[in-house]
Amino acid sequence: MASNTLYSPRDPALKKRDDFEDILEERRSSSDLRYALRCYVPVVYKGIAPCKPGVLKTAVLQSDRLRHVVAEMSKETGESADVIREEASGILEEMAHRLRLGTVRFFAYSLSKAFKALFQRVRVNEDGIQRLQQSIQEHPVVLLPSHRSYMDFLIMSYILYTYDLSLPVIAAGMDFLGMKIVGEMLRMSGAFFIRRSFGGDKLYWAVFSEYVKTMLRNGYAPIEFFLEGTRSRTCKSLTPKLGLLNIVMEPFFKGEVFDVSLVPISISYERVLEEALYARELLGVPKPKESTSGLLKARKILSEDYGSIHVYFGHPVSLRSLAQGRINRSQYNLLPRHIPRRPSQETQAFVNETAYRLVRLQEENMVLRPWVLVAALLLQNPDGVDMERLVEQTSWLRGLAVSFGAFLDWPDYVSASKAVASSLALHTGLVRTEGGRAQLAMEPKEPGSPEEDLFDRAASVLSCASYRNQILHVFLRPALLGMAMQMAEASRKDDIYSCFSFLRDVFSNEFILCPGGTVQDFDEACYMLTKCAAVHVQKQEVVATEKGQRILSFLTSLFQPFLKGYQVGPAPFLELVDYPRELTCYEALSSDVQKNALAALLRMKVVRKLKV
Amino acid sequence: MFSLTPPQLFGSKKDGVKQAEIQGLLKYGWHTEAMVLTAIRGELVVIPVEWSWLTLSRVLFSRQEVMKWNGWGYSDSRFLFNKKGQAEFTGRRYRLSGMVLPSLKDWFESTFGASLQHKSPATATLNASAVPFPSLNEAFLQDLKSTGIPFSHEAEDRVFRAHGHCLHEIFALREGKFGRVPDLVVWPNCHEDVVKTVDLACRHNVCLIPYGGGTSVSSALECPPDETRCIVSLDTSQMSRILWIDEKNLTAHVEAGIVGQDLERLLNESGYCTGHEPDSMEFSSLGGWVATRASGMKKNVYGNIEDLVVHIKMVCPRGVVEKSCQGPRVSIGPDIHHFIMGSEGTLGVVTEVTIKIRPMPEYQKYGSVVFPNFEQGVACLREVAKQRCAPASIRLMDNAQFQFGHALKPQVSSIFTSFLDGLKKFYITKFKGFDPHHLCVATLLFEGDRERVLQHEKQVYDIAAKFGGLAAGEDNGQRGYMLTFVIAYLRDLGMDYYVIGESFETSVPWDRVLDLCRNVKERIVRECRERGVQFPPLATCRVTQTYDAGACVYFYFAFNYRGLADPVNIYGRVEHAAREEILANGGSLSHHHGVGKLRKHWMPESISDVGIGMLKSVKEYVDPDNIFGSRNLL
Repeated sequence: MASNTLYSPRDPALKKRDDFEDILEERRSSSDLRYALRCYVPVVYKGIAPCKPGVLKTAVLQSDRLRHVVAEMSKETGESADVIREEASGILEEMAHRLRLGTVRFFAYSLSKAFKALFQRVRVNEDGIQRLQQSIQEHPVVLLPSHRSYMDFLIMSYILYTYDLSLPVIAAGMDFLGMKIVGEMLRMSGAFFIRRSFGGDKLYWAVFSEYVKTMLRNGYAPIEFFLEGTRSRTCKSLTPKLGLLNIVMEPFFKGEVFDVSLVPISISYERVLEEALYARELLGVPKPKESTSGLLKARKILSEDYGSIHVYFGHPVSLRSLAQGRINRSQYNLLPRHIPRRPSQETQAFVNETAYRLVRLQEENMVLRPWVLVAALLLQNPDGVDMERLVEQTSWLRGLAVSFGAFLDWPDYVSASKAVASSLALHTGLVRTEGGRAQLAMEPKEPGSPEEDLFDRAASVLSCASYRNQILHVFLRPALLGMAMQMAEASRKDDIYSCFSFLRDVFSNEFILCPGGTVQDFDEACYMLTKCAAVHVQKQEVVATEKGQRILSFLTSLFQPFLKGYQVGPAPFLELVDYPRELTCYEALSSDVQKNALAALLRMKVVRKLKV
Repeated sequence: MFSLTPPQLFGSKKDGVKQAEIQGLLKYGWHTEAMVLTAIRGELVVIPVEWSWLTLSRVLFSRQEVMKWNGWGYSDSRFLFNKKGQAEFTGRRYRLSGMVLPSLKDWFESTFGASLQHKSPATATLNASAVPFPSLNEAFLQDLKSTGIPFSHEAEDRVFRAHGHCLHEIFALREGKFGRVPDLVVWPNCHEDVVKTVDLACRHNVCLIPYGGGTSVSSALECPPDETRCIVSLDTSQMSRILWIDEKNLTAHVEAGIVGQDLERLLNESGYCTGHEPDSMEFSSLGGWVATRASGMKKNVYGNIEDLVVHIKMVCPRGVVEKSCQGPRVSIGPDIHHFIMGSEGTLGVVTEVTIKIRPMPEYQKYGSVVFPNFEQGVACLREVAKQRCAPASIRLMDNAQFQFGHALKPQVSSIFTSFLDGLKKFYITKFKGFDPHHLCVATLLFEGDRERVLQHEKQVYDIAAKFGGLAAGEDNGQRGYMLTFVIAYLRDLGMDYYVIGESFETSVPWDRVLDLCRNVKERIVRECRERGVQFPPLATCRVTQTYDAGACVYFYFAFNYRGLADPVNIYGRVEHAAREEILANGGSLSHHHGVGKLRKHWMPESISDVGIGMLKSVKEYVDPDNIFGSRNLL
């Protein structure tokens, strides 16, 4: 059953989480072919028999909404309604999925082979699966996985197939259609394709939203999309996009469905397949175009070890419970429901807040490997660190992370030295261990031009940073407080709060910080730091303790690269020429940081956009 | 206390004394002279007027003689489980009376998880000593005595008029609990009596609550607990005469206290009817219909109360309000009738009404149609409404209600009938492939001249066929309507076995009917679960009226409350949630039950603050001292 508790800000460390099962284990011991051909009878929403894709298309084209939009456009443009309807039909043809069990079985077979080659384990929380199964029968379900890799939606469908759950229909970018055969195969395994941008295209929007809503209303299948909109190249969550979330919520607001279950899903990779590509992309090398030949060339990744994947199905969140007392549904009473209209401000605020909450839920259940801690420490020690010291620091950091509620995949029986050693072993491309010291692998194998060297160094720093980024959400709020204390240069709570609020505002494009949640975040940060005895929070003052120095200095230096990145703004390159060892500045080269910094400056009206 | 002159026996109803003859007598002023004509235990008697306001009045005007004091309807009619565990309906008043209903027990036990072993009986008799002592306004009483209008402050009379039929009201009575009850009951006999009473009430600052049939389901009759003034229940039951019939214009002028079934019966004697048949028509009064904006089952032919009323006379603290002509339609500013209709006793007492009448229909025919599912049924009703060919009544029951109706089937008399029933069931479920857990039934009632009815019937069945509907016979139709009249009795049976329930209604645009029905039922189920109700509730609905732009939807909701400490409170919360769901889904606050005190919480959002202000300013002008202090509506 869906619950309405999103997260409790109080004591995240006490959060109870489910255990995992490895679904590849069975695949390694039994026939993949038989698995792909087995009887597949998923449970469905309230016993409704799923209709054929063709029926679905007709329903969309004949919907009141679409008829209304077609008639309006015809009036506006003078074009005949038939022509517009034809156009709509074309859009739908391009968009719609054509789920076929045969294709699904093909994927089930080939993915089994691929996963076994790529990963040691694919681990899933079965309790979450059970909750999902329950939800699917009760209400329309929306699956909201985190997005780090192209693998995400393949994994999702694969898991649902494995557990005999309804296969989702997945919102995918149009780019995939560029891939011959593969694009169509994805379509037949449940993907539907939407253009990246269709700003003013009323007809496109109408077809698209009606298509999604029709599927949702009649409980055709779970709908899956990525709140973050695109793969995060940096391994930290992206601020959510609201378009699709708005669409899936509308049937509830208008009373067309009783409730909608929103299921946050966290997919964590020990090593992302696109690791190397991402760092290059962040440094400005354009993303390779999706193509079938590119995919075939990428076969070589099959020979590498990508460790484990953890997939955590969170508690389904009842939209009805969330909206209780927030959304007055009777505002929809006075307009026929098929006439589109702009959502009210309260609705927009609600959707936005919900989106942030859901992304936070994804973050919270991301499984973190010990390597993430090691990467964070290495980045703070550019000159390398003694193994002994590294082990000690990692062990300390582990304690801190756990007390802040991190979901660490580090069983008690594994000692710190072992954990550090095996982490370093899996990531030999990024670290060098020599003479009892560990150091980021910065020196290029073959020296080239200074620019090339710089590029290579930055790429490896960014790769390493992408691991550290995975744990930032755990430390974000306390770190903001730490930075605010430094900034305020006084211990008055009001001053610190206003610095905190400022920093939060600055970084709200960079991290998942829900607008309007400053007070709550401040309280949360105070609570967490008080709990680990790093600060004393009094009525008027916030004071750092003796013991807290280490924690606070760790936290501030953890976020130093971002602070630096936002400070240097457009001129990091120059600085790097002068101080090539200043690690933090390499991160300022990341196009992601630059983009976010610029967005923040624009938002805060520090700079203005001029059309050139 | 007083020695009575023995009442002079005038003649009893059983002896065939015609109501009209008695009315004639009354018209000639019997009651204003030395004697009063009235009824004691069904006998008509004449007594000296000077006694009538004293102890006698209790016996004189007590409905509780024939009606239950803590449940619905006639004392002789009730459901019970006999020694064999079979359900029976007692009495002789209804078609079901005296019959055994073999499937009711199974339905009852399986639907609610109830058991005949677990009884929750009501307090048998009214314990007068538990009723709060009346706080009387002596000056008012003194003046009232001088008018000769009968009154009483007996506990039984006061308790009887202190409630309607909301679940919490009946539940409290069954437990023998009494809250604030009226301090006095008065029985004005005519318009002038009401004028006098209201006048005295104003003079002595006494709170008046008009009482008609007592069938309110909106807490409208509940006395405000914090009312410190003397509360007087103004019982209109003695004002029940048809004052004239105008055959040229087809209108009748009737006193507002007349009860629905009497009105129809008396008009029928002259060959007429009003055709206004709300489900409560056995007990509800004309004045009550006007005051709550009532709706009748056959409104498709005859209209709702607002269509039927031609002229209204109402006594307010400010004076008497009425129009000066009986023009069929006027354009003289906002219609003052619409201040009166729906005023729910907050502005004054309706005393006389001119109402449209029609010649009695030549022919009546019931009918029914089975649909494969509720969606198809609603689509059919929508089409019927679109073509404006709705029969006098058309109602669509959902599957749960269809099964409920089936549980009320009396024992079949012959093997042949049971064989036929089996055959019918086989045809519908096996041959036509209807899923017994999804199919639903529409019940129909046609009225008019024979030929037209048959033609009309064909038209409706043809439309139904387009939506997969199969004609399912007159009997099913008739049983559907019978359910309406006995459902309130069934609630009393449920309450004997830990089951509580109630009905509520709304009206909603056509395009939202299905969504509203589904969401409200689901909300009920969910709320019950979340509030710790141990058994799944019964949540069922039917579409009972069709309009051009929408429909009226009626919900039944009941659950087994074993294991709950405060069932009535939980019931109230679930009903509140259900109403919120209705409003969120585009439904209205009420189609015909009214607002009362139960739903007034939602009035501002229903009619806007300015709307509230409009009503308030009328109230302030008409009744500045809040003499009509029931505090309904606003």
